[in-house]
Amino acid sequence: MMTGILGKKLGMTQVFDTEGKVIPVTVIEAGPCTVIQRKTSRDDGYDAVQIGFLQMKAHQAGKPMLGHFQKAGKGTFRALQEIRIEGSDPLDVGSEIKVDIFKEGDVVDVMGHTKGRGFAGVIKRWNFRGGRATHGSMFHRAPGSIGASAYPSRVIKNMKMAGHYGNERVTILNLRVVGVQPEKNLLLVRGAVPGAKNSLVYVRRAVKKQGN
Amino acid sequence: MTLLQDVESSQLRKDLPKFSVGDTVRVFSRIKEGEKERVQYFEGIVIGFHRNGIATTFKVRKESYGVGVERTYPIHSPLLEKIEVKKRGDVRRAKLFYLREVSGKKARIREKKDWLSKKGVVVPSVGAPEGPAEEPPAVSPGETPQE
Repeated sequence: MMTGILGKKLGMTQVFDTEGKVIPVTVIEAGPCTVIQRKTSRDDGYDAVQIGFLQMKAHQAGKPMLGHFQKAGKGTFRALQEIRIEGSDPLDVGSEIKVDIFKEGDVVDVMGHTKGRGFAGVIKRWNFRGGRATHGSMFHRAPGSIGASAYPSRVIKNMKMAGHYGNERVTILNLRVVGVQPEKNLLLVRGAVPGAKNSLVYVRRAVKKQGN
Repeated sequence: MTLLQDVESSQLRKDLPKFSVGDTVRVFSRIKEGEKERVQYFEGIVIGFHRNGIATTFKVRKESYGVGVERTYPIHSPLLEKIEVKKRGDVRRAKLFYLREVSGKKARIREKKDWLSKKGVVVPSVGAPEGPAEEPPAVSPGETPQE
């Protein structure tokens, strides 16, 4: 039983459900992915497959990776993902994984990298409120006090301050699958997923959902 | 066509008549009450469109017992049974939000004059599925259009 697939976020839109309600959905072009490597409990201590997504030219791959891809003999790929499976699953190297592993009504987790915001101030990064813009105010977007003085004579750890924001891996749990279009490799999930358009996302069966 | 448009295109509704801001329309929408489903209509002036592909909506305003009522409908909603265009309005702006502030004579909207059909020129009607109801008031055949 395959539990995950790599995909590309295409963007958001909306669909009407059977009751005519509007559902916000993210469209993901998921797969087809190719099994590059099969790990077995005999050789590797656990059972898993490594899948590749987004084919690229051979010369674009580094030499070590090229050797790895040649072993499978299914071309070179931009993105790889290892997924744990049951030992009895008949997933050999070269077999294809398509979006039809999911069906409407399934619950999935989606992982991706959020949009990078660079060095961001506390208002953007931590939703600080900021000060007044006019009327003689000299306090606009500054963080304010970051602690007391002589005691403790230091800034306590994890103080919310300006710094790098975004471009981090984020997992959104328990998104409902609204639609699957296997012929176009499309997956529609309810709600937003991390990342910009065309960014890589990993969709897996929800791990925290009971009875899924 | 991008794949995203492809997902949207299957949901778009092309069966509804064309209408624009200033028109008086009667919107028939399906309403579910418990088990029963019935069709309710809402008639008023279209005061604006929010155009955004599949998410396009339009706002209809009417005075109901002296109280202004506005409803926003997704134009591609499957719950819309039909839309009847009652009158074509002649307006000069895209959003008629000023109607919220005015009443009586100021809240009138001029009806669109249909010069071409009076002269006998046949143009394909914009609100195709509509019958004579949406035609401007009948004019005697011999009359020439005034400037």
